Amino acid sequence: MNPVARTVLQRLGLGLVTLFIVSIIIFSAIAMLPGDFAKATLGQSATPETVAAFQREIGIDRPPVERYFVWVAQMLHGDFGSSFASRTGYRRTVAEIIAPRLYNTMFLAAVTALIAVPLALGLGILAALYRNGWFDRLVNVATLTTISFPEFFVAYMLAYLVISRDTFIGSDFAQTLPHWLTVSLNWALNAVPKFPTLSNVNDQTPFWEHLWKVALPAITLTLVIVAHMMRMTRAAIINMLASPYIDMARLKGMSPMVIVLRHALPNAWAPIVTVVAFNLAYLIVGVVVVEVVFVYPGIGQLMVDAVKSRDVPVVQACALIFAATYILLNLLADIISIATNPRLLHPR
Amino acid sequence: MKSSGPGPREKGKDLLQIRNLHVEGFSDERWHPIVHGVDLTLKRGQVLGLIGESGAGKSTIGLAAMGYAKPGCRITQGSVLFDGIDLLAVSEKGRRRLRGSRIAYVAQSAAASFNPAHRLLEQTVETAVAHGLAGREEANRSAVDLYRRLQLPEPETIGFRYPHQVSGGQLQRAMTAMAMACRPDLIIFDEPTTALDVTTQVEVLASIRNIVEEFSTAAIYVTHDLAVVAQMADRIMVLRHGRTVEEADTRQMLASPSQEYTKTLWAVRKLAKPEVPADDYLLTIDNVTAAYAGKVKVLQDVSIKVPRGRTVAVVGESGSGKSTLARVVTGLLPPISGSISFAGQLLPTSLKTRPKEVLRRIQMIYQMPDNALNPRQTVEEVIARPLEFYLGLKGARRDRRIGELMHMVEMSEDFLERLPGELSGGQKQRVCIARALAADPELIICDEITSALDQIVQEEILKLLIRLQRELGMSYIFITHDIATVRAIADEIVVMHRGKVVEQGLKSEVLTPPHAAYTERLLSSVPEMNPDWLTRLLASRKI
Repeated sequence: MNPVARTVLQRLGLGLVTLFIVSIIIFSAIAMLPGDFAKATLGQSATPETVAAFQREIGIDRPPVERYFVWVAQMLHGDFGSSFASRTGYRRTVAEIIAPRLYNTMFLAAVTALIAVPLALGLGILAALYRNGWFDRLVNVATLTTISFPEFFVAYMLAYLVISRDTFIGSDFAQTLPHWLTVSLNWALNAVPKFPTLSNVNDQTPFWEHLWKVALPAITLTLVIVAHMMRMTRAAIINMLASPYIDMARLKGMSPMVIVLRHALPNAWAPIVTVVAFNLAYLIVGVVVVEVVFVYPGIGQLMVDAVKSRDVPVVQACALIFAATYILLNLLADIISIATNPRLLHPR
Repeated sequence: MKSSGPGPREKGKDLLQIRNLHVEGFSDERWHPIVHGVDLTLKRGQVLGLIGESGAGKSTIGLAAMGYAKPGCRITQGSVLFDGIDLLAVSEKGRRRLRGSRIAYVAQSAAASFNPAHRLLEQTVETAVAHGLAGREEANRSAVDLYRRLQLPEPETIGFRYPHQVSGGQLQRAMTAMAMACRPDLIIFDEPTTALDVTTQVEVLASIRNIVEEFSTAAIYVTHDLAVVAQMADRIMVLRHGRTVEEADTRQMLASPSQEYTKTLWAVRKLAKPEVPADDYLLTIDNVTAAYAGKVKVLQDVSIKVPRGRTVAVVGESGSGKSTLARVVTGLLPPISGSISFAGQLLPTSLKTRPKEVLRRIQMIYQMPDNALNPRQTVEEVIARPLEFYLGLKGARRDRRIGELMHMVEMSEDFLERLPGELSGGQKQRVCIARALAADPELIICDEITSALDQIVQEEILKLLIRLQRELGMSYIFITHDIATVRAIADEIVVMHRGKVVEQGLKSEVLTPPHAAYTERLLSSVPEMNPDWLTRLLASRKI
């Protein structure tokens, strides 16, 4: 069997095992949480009988092991179960609650990735090419600055910048500045597009409007993740530049650009894609703060709300989606690492 | 195939003139001079051999001839005039135009110097295409032609393989093809055969010499192997500590070197211990067959006897199974079948099942002391460990023993506080020997322990081992691919080829004809100091 296919299958199998273990951990962690959906919903005054009846209705009176297997069995059939918010005659499935939210999250993640990954790779390659020069230092300082601020701060600053566009000229602050400075600052601020500061979308929002509305969250997230990927790209390439075959390329009269792109980069993909995968996973599982700032209906907010209302099936499904995202993206990174290694791709 | 010797050849005008070259290297936070004012002149079509120990600056000078200094080095003074162009004065872009097209480079380790991500053909034609000297098609055709001239197997298709898919000798020839691709005026060969087995080396040397003659390319041939340079060069320059010792035509240099240092270099290869026949056997390996996890058998039915207090040299090229033999004896690799008895008792096959006392009596020294020594342990800690582990020595007794061991390996006790990084290659190997001696062993397995060292240091280490054996009476299994080392140290020789013992016996028996066919091939491949050796050998093999 082709060794690449074998390794990929191995990793895939390992990923499934990991997912299974994670599902146990998620289930037990949530089962151990204090509080009870029935009591929380029915309030302090509910009689034990009402609580018991309600528990029976949503199925949490069963022993945990049984509930776990029912949950897993349902999921294997593609059924994520019903939300605890369902009522008789009004069933709300977890899938229908999560689907639009997941789409929104994926949409934002994809937009951000399309900006951030090429930007990070490009900056990383250029920084490696002009290493220790002024460009390299500038890029490093700039990306480190943006990564050092908390993301909600970056988000609010961006929103403030967009708002200032209209309010600056009339503000008291503008009056205290010299006239020429006020004019040029106003001119600069007017160059900023009038991005919406609220990303309130729903399933009726047309594609282009959706894209327009996620501009600010996407820029915020880009600023947050670019530094990590860019620095790894730079470091991986510079690491390769110490190899004897790079010396050889120099002695063959190759230009620095050719050396970096043709001789160093193809050997540096493995560490780069690992970091890219890590950051992409973050875009899906870690953006709740940015969602809150821009009021964007993503899956992060959904999970926080579900935890607040103890809607266990939704929480479990979200947690499992997050775990699967991590596993899948890391699997993808592994496969790319293998596919860019000629030793594995072309065995002797 | 032309096979005329490196005799007088049509010499053109001066191609390369290096004047008063000074190079510095950066280490320990400051710049140290590496090359102090070397002059060198090379005519068109001439081959100049640069020879010296490591640290002599020969590779640095080779690179400076391309106007290049390795990262961490800088050329501080002098001029490098290539065909009227001063490579040190011209712009980086100007140097790039010359590199690869008019001056090419062949590196020591082809395996490390080919980019693992690209096919051989792409890398061979890269310079010609990038410099606009040829179209892709034309360059590809020319590369295939060069592969054929260099006797690479399947010249039409070998270019589509990746570097890891061809052997070391083939890679080295492919690298020569890559250097030849633009028909340069000058090629720098930087120890191109040092990493190869003697049997492979002969083929590569012949290929290189033919093609250099065919295109009358001038070359600088950097090596530490005198016998090799004698075959390849018209003139030889001896270097030491970054200075020229002397320079002369090859024949004259070999026949009558004028400097004392050159004479000591020439003399090194003459060390030879008289053999002593065995009286009693310490280790007996009986019909051992071994393999790595489900793969092909690396050792097949190997039987070897090691006499007490003597040295058995195990010789063979890489892949012959000689290092695997060491792993089997030490218990790292339990054999599939066969048995090993040590001092009259059967040895447990696996390391885990051997009692500590047995482990103590068999010690091992490795090829690369850098890998075998923990870089964070001082010399004292390294030697103290086996004393505590095997013999339970503590405190003053341990410290006294450490002092004795240092004395035995001829090192001052001042070194005890040093870390391996602060020692030279020869000193590191002495520490490894002291560590092995600390266990008070009866058998020491030496796996290529001198092959990473310069010839002069090699000789010192070999003399040390011979003296220690005479004084302490332990046996050595000495694994090597170098016949000169075998002559120096062995009492008995085991010749291995593809996992089998081809021949074994006393040194005098194995080294004097008639030989087994493989032994003959191995022995005849060892370069001799005679400049006509390669020509004669090739002539005799063609028949």
